[in-house]
Amino acid sequence: MPGFITNYLDKNVHVTPGQYGSPFWALVYILLVFGGVSLAVVCMNWLERKILAHMQVRLGPMRVGPHGLLQPIADAIKLILKEDIVPEGADSFVFLLAPLIILVAGFSVYCVIPFGPTHAITDMNIGILFMLGVSSLGVLGIVMAGWASNSHYPLIGALRSSAQMVSYEVAMGLAVISAVLMTSLNPAGTGTLSMIGIVQAQYAQHTWFIFKFFPLGFIAFFIFAVAMVAETNRAPFDLPEAESELTAGFHTEYSGLRWSLFMLGEYAAMISVSSIAITLWLGGWMRPFPNLLQGPTWDLAFSLFPALTFFGLAAMTFYSTMRMPKHPYFRIQTIGLGAFGGVFVLIALILLIPRVRDGVQDVYWFVAKIAVFLYLYIWYRGTFPRYRFDQLMRVGWKVLLPLGIGVLMATGIMGLRTEIWDFVHRLVHI
Amino acid sequence: MCTGWYTSDMAPVATTFFFYFLSGLAILSGVLVITRKNPVHSALALILTLLSVAGLYLMLYAPFVAGVQIILYVGGIMVLFLFVIMLVNIERSEREKQFNQQWLPGILAACGLGLLFVLIYVKGKALFSQPVITMPETENTQRVGMMLYSNYMFPFEIASLLLLVAIIGAVVMAKKRI
Repeated sequence: MPGFITNYLDKNVHVTPGQYGSPFWALVYILLVFGGVSLAVVCMNWLERKILAHMQVRLGPMRVGPHGLLQPIADAIKLILKEDIVPEGADSFVFLLAPLIILVAGFSVYCVIPFGPTHAITDMNIGILFMLGVSSLGVLGIVMAGWASNSHYPLIGALRSSAQMVSYEVAMGLAVISAVLMTSLNPAGTGTLSMIGIVQAQYAQHTWFIFKFFPLGFIAFFIFAVAMVAETNRAPFDLPEAESELTAGFHTEYSGLRWSLFMLGEYAAMISVSSIAITLWLGGWMRPFPNLLQGPTWDLAFSLFPALTFFGLAAMTFYSTMRMPKHPYFRIQTIGLGAFGGVFVLIALILLIPRVRDGVQDVYWFVAKIAVFLYLYIWYRGTFPRYRFDQLMRVGWKVLLPLGIGVLMATGIMGLRTEIWDFVHRLVHI
Repeated sequence: MCTGWYTSDMAPVATTFFFYFLSGLAILSGVLVITRKNPVHSALALILTLLSVAGLYLMLYAPFVAGVQIILYVGGIMVLFLFVIMLVNIERSEREKQFNQQWLPGILAACGLGLLFVLIYVKGKALFSQPVITMPETENTQRVGMMLYSNYMFPFEIASLLLLVAIIGAVVMAKKRI
């Protein structure tokens, strides 16, 4: 094999392909991440409809494939085949550009997301800054889409969206700064903005930042968790696309493939903001208790989790297969569902191979944490009623922003408490 | 846009090609900003200019400035620009005369700027004697932070006071009754 492929596979290389300077492996990682995220969006599409349906005591998609498993594929084919309409009077250049901007902004962010200590496309000195900056470009796409459609509902949706995203970005930034401040609590006294560095700081301090200076870390996490729902325009903050008021908001006039690009960008943004939250507060790729439960026994126990997860999924699938109706009409669907369970068993068996088992550890824990966040997104959507616009603004500016400033100041004081204590001590003894 | 490709034993991606590409893009979109009749198109061209300038900052091994440029200008200020422009009646602005025929000040300003460029080209090497960048890219943000909060603490605080005044001014002007 040529040198540019093999030199990164050296056992002594402990950096990301971007840092190592290997364009080939960076490209491989980019394709892997792109494919993985697209697959996750497809799964999320099906899961969202199913989970929402079950929360509302409905069945959800049941017709296309067993339990509607093939529904996302059917939807994708339908969207590709639909006519691509540019409305009369629309600014066609901006209209066609807008979904691409949302997509590019949504996916460029994955450049720095650390799925493991070396499993990132690259690690930047300004990692978190890059993520916040590029994900804020998504709002441009929404504003452009709303304006270029030359129609009332999209324009109102775009105006709401830009106001909302700019307001919540402030609270989000303050929460992020208080977490970045915690990374500087080391003997050298300098923090880091690099995504990998932030996770390593949590490892060095033996705690996830959500539990650091309890409850300060938790409050900052809470602010971010609210702001990220508003940033991604999801329920209960989905005013830009409130269907009861604005038909579909900023993407009312879009159809077919371009509409699906908006959806893809939205879901990609959901995954990326969740991974910011995970990296900053929930220990990134680290498994639970990496410092406390050390040793080969615990390592082995935790490394079995990926396989166990897939065995669990397989068990659920086989249970559903047994409960399928016995009528001959359902025979093919039953066989299909059984085969699906078989694929899960196969994946689980592959994950038991020692080399694979140890290799996927970091990625598994990161993805598992993302999955929890995505479930929370669906849960919010099924639970909370939509906010009114003035309520939304009030929450953003009058609750989250002061809370964020307070947490930031309190974190700074807690970080410097020994120095402050010394200072007071000396003042008293003068 | 990813930095961090540079390792000591290989050539950096920050080549002259990227410099000319980014500067050309910045100039081209800068020209588009003033020649488009539609203000929204102008604003979008301005966003492209700002992004390519951010790329130039990355090439100068100043990732922090590039990041701040994207967050503040592209993500914040330009969105507010667009927000306002979208509410303006665009048909009227398209019918209005685009240039207001200020030839004399324009030529004078261009001559002054051109003179400055020529001077820098001729004298630049003597004025800026350090052609090699000594600041390592990996510590850029930390260095900026250190400088800002030690050597330049006073100007930094003054700037924050200025921003506070601007915020209070905006509130006073926007609210009828305080």
